[in-house]
This record gives sequence, C-alpha cells and structure tokens, in this order.
Amino acid sequence: MCGINTVKMNNDLVKLSAESVNLWFGSKQVLKNINIDFAPNQVTALIGPSGCGKSTLLRAFNRMHDLSPDARIEGKLVLEGQDLYDGHFSATQVRRRIGMVFQKANPFPKSIYENINYGLKINDIPKAERKGIIENALKESYIWDELKTELDKPATRLSGGQQQRLCIARAVALRPEVILMDEPCSALDPLSTLKIEELIVKLKKDYTIVIVTHNMQQAQRVADKTVFMYLGEVIEEGETKELFNNPKNELTGNYVKGRFG
Amino acid sequence: MKKLTPLIEWGTLLFCTGMVCFFLVVILWDLISKGAPSLSWEFVTSLPSEGMTKGGILPAIIGTVLLTMITALVSVPFGISCAIYLNEYAKDTWLTRLIRASIRNLAGVPSIIYGLFGLALFVQGLQMGTSLISAGLTLGLLSLPYVIITTEEALRRIPASTREAALAIGATQFESIRDVVLPSALPGILTGVVLTLSRAAGETAPILFTGVAFYINNPTGFLNQEFMSLPYHLYMLSTQHQAIEEVRPLAYGTALVLIIVVFLLNLTAFYVRYKHSKDE
Repeated sequence: MCGINTVKMNNDLVKLSAESVNLWFGSKQVLKNINIDFAPNQVTALIGPSGCGKSTLLRAFNRMHDLSPDARIEGKLVLEGQDLYDGHFSATQVRRRIGMVFQKANPFPKSIYENINYGLKINDIPKAERKGIIENALKESYIWDELKTELDKPATRLSGGQQQRLCIARAVALRPEVILMDEPCSALDPLSTLKIEELIVKLKKDYTIVIVTHNMQQAQRVADKTVFMYLGEVIEEGETKELFNNPKNELTGNYVKGRFG
Repeated sequence: MKKLTPLIEWGTLLFCTGMVCFFLVVILWDLISKGAPSLSWEFVTSLPSEGMTKGGILPAIIGTVLLTMITALVSVPFGISCAIYLNEYAKDTWLTRLIRASIRNLAGVPSIIYGLFGLALFVQGLQMGTSLISAGLTLGLLSLPYVIITTEEALRRIPASTREAALAIGATQFESIRDVVLPSALPGILTGVVLTLSRAAGETAPILFTGVAFYINNPTGFLNQEFMSLPYHLYMLSTQHQAIEEVRPLAYGTALVLIIVVFLLNLTAFYVRYKHSKDE
C-alpha cells in the first residue's frame, strides 16, 4: 500500500526521468550513470561543454538513437512511470508523447500548412479537426498573425526564426506531454532568439520542457531548473538561480562563470 | 609573373570549356544540317520501303520508345527500391560493402557483355526468344546499377535532420522515407534515371543478340516479337547497307530523330525539376 502511494506521489512531481542510464556508441561510453527527474510544467535546462552528452541524453528520451545501430542503452528512461524502452511503447508512440525541436530548423520541403498537417495525418487525426488544430498550433507558437495569409507558401522560404517557430508549432500540434529542445536558438539572431524564449516560457503552462543550451543567459532566462553535465555525468542539478549563483561543485562554478566551455 | 598566374588559370578553364562547347556545337550542327532535310511527317510516320532507300522509320521509333519503356519498368522500381534499402535500412557490414562494390563494378561492365548475358539467360535460358521483352530485360539489367548508384547519391544528400524531423512527430521509418526523404531527393533521382534511360535508348550492343531486327514490316510492337530500333537502324544504314551513299541522308535523319527522342525524355525531367523547385 505504502509502495503504491510513494509511486503515485512521485508521479505527481516527476514527469520524465532517467534512472541509472548508461549509453555507449560502439565502445565509447557517452552517458555514465545518469539519474535525473524532470518536474511537470517546468523548463529544465541541460548545460555543459560540447561533448558532455547533453544532446545524447535528450535524444535518448524520444528514442532518436533507435536508428543508430552502434548505440546501446542501459538503465531506465521513464515517462509517467512507464519505461520508454521496455516494449510497452513503440518508438512512434514515444515520439508522439515526447516531441522534439532541433538545433537547426528542419521544416519539411512542403507548404507551411502541410508542415503541420503532415504530423496530424500520419497520427490519424480526423480530417475535419485538422484545420482547427493547425490554427491553434500556430497561435500557440505566436506565428499565426505573421503567417495566416500565406499558409500555402513553401516553409523553406521563411526566415530562420519563423522556421524554428513553425517547427515548434509542428511539435505542439500533436499535443505532446514533453517537448525536448536541442539548442533551438543556436542558429538564430538575437531578436528571433528572444521570441523563441518568450514562447518557451509561455509553453510551460501546458508542457514539460527540457532544453539543451550553450547559452548561460538563455538558461537563466527560461529555465526553472538547470542540470550541469560534464564528460557524460551529471555534476550538479538544482534551481537555476541557485546553480548559477551558489554552485556547490567547483566544476559547475568554473563553467557557469565561463572559465571553460 | 604574379600578375600572369590568374590570367593563365582563367584562360585554361575558359579554353577547356570552349573546347567542350565547340565539339558539342559541331556535332549538333553536323547532325541538324545533314539530317533536317530528310525529316518530314512522312519520314516519322511511314514504314521503310524499297530496301530501306525510301520511306520512313516509324517501326524504329516505336521500337526504341517501347524498348526504353520496358527498360524503365525493369530498372526504375527495382533500382530505386534497392538504393533505398542500401542507404536507409542496411547496416554498414562487410556484406553491404560487398554488395555496393559489386554494383559499382557492374556499372563498368561493357554493354556487349550484357548482350551476351541476355542472350544466354532470356533468349535461350528462359526461352523468350529474340524479342522486345528479352532486349528490354537486358537493357533493364544494364541500367540497374546506374539507377541504384545515382539514387543512392541523391538519398545521401538529404541531411539526417530531415529524416529526424519526420521521425520526431511520430512517423515510422517507412513513412519518413516515403513522404519526406523521397520527395526531397526526387530531382536528383530523376536526373539519374533520365541520364540512364537516355544512354539505354542509344545502346546497340545489348540488343544486337537479344531482339533487334534489320527490318520488320508491321510496327505493332508485340512483346514476343523482334523489333526495329533507332540506334541499330542507324548502324545498319551507315555501315551495312548495300547502297550506303544513297541512304546517307536517311541515316542522318535517323540520328536526328534519336537525338530528339532522347531530348524529349530529358525535357520531362527538366519540367519535374522546375515544378519541384517552385514548390520549395
């Protein structure tokens, strides 16, 4: 009885978690004994120098490593108490519930409308509902006003910032529970970055967001919690303010102060 | 000297480009100037007559068009599927590397060898006789490695991020290939297919033993019958006819028609690429 209660309690506080996760590419170990919990309706930033495994961890959550034959994962990646890898879910079901936005905006070479419609189509959402969903997704991503008159134009003609917001809309349209963002602003100008950051903060009301970023200011602007990773390990995690102002670990301190990176 | 170097570099490149264009123009000019006079509506719509010295080349045109269509039906679906498998699904093992190397080697096998192979397998082994289908299958085999190689190149140029975009919204691997990867790679694939088919349409050696005929009197194009084709007709008129000088204009006319058929094929590819670039 007691056990069930604790699980339930945990579920309320934990949306997504990694439990003793190790990950290898071939013989190279990229993630070492990762244990993290992500709270619902919060933005968590993953920071750390290049090659520390933060993108690898992010991609493990929506099973993007499934297609790399040399990737091997140990441990548990859990969404609401369900192991994402134990065969209970298919990869497509996992990705439906855990959406992803990539480093470089990657709209399909189709029209703006089709870019969102395609995801709805392959997930068997009835035709009659799609139009409304697309409009909502674009509104939620704050590009409806800019794009509503040119929905049939090719998405590849949009600016970089608009493309990235369209990619966010594409993810949002499927009503995922978690949105993973892999350095979503690294290829964007400051103004577009600002718009996306505002969007992230607004989206956390409905979604749990995990964002990988190299930008310390960005982590402080958008994230409730921050996780610092180094050489495949989680070094420190905590409230963003706390981690940046009073880092407990020397490495974390050096990194957030820009002494290495 | 320092000042001269860029001039020499530029000059060399310009010279080479000029040479290539020069020969292209000379060939085309020679063909058109000598072939155009024999072109007429009658030339492309009637049968040859009086021992090839008069009449038209309709059976040869029909033969070449049908032959190219069969070649496409054999090589395009199999070739593209094979390239998709190799590039998207197959793991990088010694076996796939061996398969890939074999395909590249096949592309270098002389076409006459394919002719002999077609004779042994289709004409005699499978008892299809010298016929349109035997020749089409032979040319299909000849074209396969080119279609596979060019399709694989086109697929390889599509960045991983495009595939991931589809996977991330819950597409299966097959859906991501069908709906996103293939449409993006289409212009590249099409260029490869058209170049391959253009080459196949002009091949003589592989069809020599497998089904082409010097003369048939009904251009119906049954699969199990022998057929006439433009390149072979051209070869016969230019070297094997008893009155070579007399039929020379007809030979040029045939050459020009062959070029036009191939050009029309290229035009469809241009059109598809143009439409594609407008949508993007």
